[in-house]
Amino acid sequence: MLKTYKYPEFHYSRSEDQDAAPPAHHPVLIVGGGMVGLTMALELRLKGVPAIVLEQGETVSDGSRSICQAKRTLEIWDRQGAAAPMIEKGITWNIGRVRHQGNELYSFDLLPEQGHKIPAFVNLQQYWVEEYLIQRLSALGGEIRWRNKVMGVEPHGDGVTIEVDTPDGPYRLSCDYLIAADGARSQMRREMDLAFTGQVFNDKFLITDIEMKADFPSERWFWFDPEFNPGQSALLHRQADNVWRLDFQIGADADNEEEMKHENVIPRVKAMLGEETPFELEWISVYTFQCRRLEKFRHGSVFFIGDAAHQVSPFGARGGNGGVQDADNLGWKLDLVMRGLAPESLLGTYDEERIFAADENILNSTRSTDFLTPKTPVSRAFRDAVLSLAQDCPFARSLVNSGRLSVPATLSHSSLNTPDEEAFEGQMTPGAPAADAPLRHDGREGWLLDHLGGGFKGVFFGPRGAIPHHLDVGGVRIDILCVGDGGIEDVQGWIARRYDGRPGSFYLLRPDQHVAGRWRRFDEEKVKSALSRAVGKAS
Amino acid sequence: MTGVLNCDPNIEQPDDFYESLIRLHDGLTDEQSRDVNARLILILANHVGDRRVLDEAFRLAREGVE
Repeated sequence: MLKTYKYPEFHYSRSEDQDAAPPAHHPVLIVGGGMVGLTMALELRLKGVPAIVLEQGETVSDGSRSICQAKRTLEIWDRQGAAAPMIEKGITWNIGRVRHQGNELYSFDLLPEQGHKIPAFVNLQQYWVEEYLIQRLSALGGEIRWRNKVMGVEPHGDGVTIEVDTPDGPYRLSCDYLIAADGARSQMRREMDLAFTGQVFNDKFLITDIEMKADFPSERWFWFDPEFNPGQSALLHRQADNVWRLDFQIGADADNEEEMKHENVIPRVKAMLGEETPFELEWISVYTFQCRRLEKFRHGSVFFIGDAAHQVSPFGARGGNGGVQDADNLGWKLDLVMRGLAPESLLGTYDEERIFAADENILNSTRSTDFLTPKTPVSRAFRDAVLSLAQDCPFARSLVNSGRLSVPATLSHSSLNTPDEEAFEGQMTPGAPAADAPLRHDGREGWLLDHLGGGFKGVFFGPRGAIPHHLDVGGVRIDILCVGDGGIEDVQGWIARRYDGRPGSFYLLRPDQHVAGRWRRFDEEKVKSALSRAVGKAS
Repeated sequence: MTGVLNCDPNIEQPDDFYESLIRLHDGLTDEQSRDVNARLILILANHVGDRRVLDEAFRLAREGVE
């Protein structure tokens, strides 16, 4: 039981599908109602794709777990109408500090520029995140079947049949597409006998949440070799409701049972925060980490998303955030294929794009873990040399790695991109997730990302009326926004700067807000051809 | 830190570089690693060439361990 959070109870109710003789059929089933499965359900719901979530539990996340919600993740939830209460409830932070022994080595600001609706990070316990996602999904009429545990899975030619266990006994369901979002210990993965390979790290970390009314700032603090945990690392994060996440490296030989005893945790916390700081223990856990993934995320009609598909170390907050982006990537592709507007091959690009992103997350989190827990005397010597130089030498600071915090992958090599023909400055290359910017539209202040996504969008830098308001390419619609007279007003010039938008420039953006292509002049044929490519009809 | 020695970041993709540096020692004994590091310093020092830069680097390296 937590002192600061009351777990909501969701009740099992018998479905009429449980009495169906041949198994009831649904277009999409999602196995797992955690933050990734719920995001998937919301995305499909908003697109009008019928989907049901099957969840073995009857409440939200057990423990605060994935607490750092990254900007891109929040942008996705914002598009789904779920982010506002999370940002309101959570702790917004942009600043991180890295300390070594008694000294601050450096601090960093994750969002050095103004002009973004969403902050770099909001810390919010996973149970709160899931509660808000469930509220939003319920408001939209989405269905979650609690205490529905998937026991067996049989993929066949044109779909999947599964067996589900419930308090009333088992029943069967069939679907066109099955999405496995059942976490790091995925039952689906085991049922389908899929190898989950990668690197296992031996070092253990003690994680505890405490409730404390303290004046620490809302920042990420990371310590290498602090006095209170000699030779090891530590991390401090603030969460909602005066809950703080403390993370202590405790070495490979630590005894989990012993470490988790309150009489052993309390002195650690006091050594970190000072004898005088009053606090109460809220949650304790000991972790080891793995960085690994499935060889393929798509297996016919079965898609693996989130931790079921890939697992990373927590340094960098790339687990939950990576998973939410999986759901964002898969949602629009399933929608178009199921409506017959894109070829089945579009679904293969989920694998292509999200394996690329997962590998980037695994690489970054592996490097962070290697820096935090050097494996050999020579790697420890280099690590300690970097730390000892970092206060004086800027170059050494760039090598200090306490976690490279989650940023979305730029899908530069995606087969869905149309490569540039002309030169552009800045970050908005084909495959990049769209950057936000402030704007004014119809006399109201707003944000660019609020106008992008959902479907394909065009952004034209020029007056409204100069080019068509929308295009239709084989039933797929592109709505075109104009940044210029009669359209969107680029009030602070951030849109033009971030997109290197000059008069006549045109961007094509996918439903997940990634750039599909861009040109210096609007050419209808080129845009249509880029759209065809972006829906998997390679031209 | 005034002088001729450049202490600003000067290597693109520092994480990539650092991983390569650590990987360089994969499978070596501690003694072999020490030898590789010595050879590496000599190779890089020769590449730098400028004694003023090297002398400043010597000072900076030693300062931190005493």
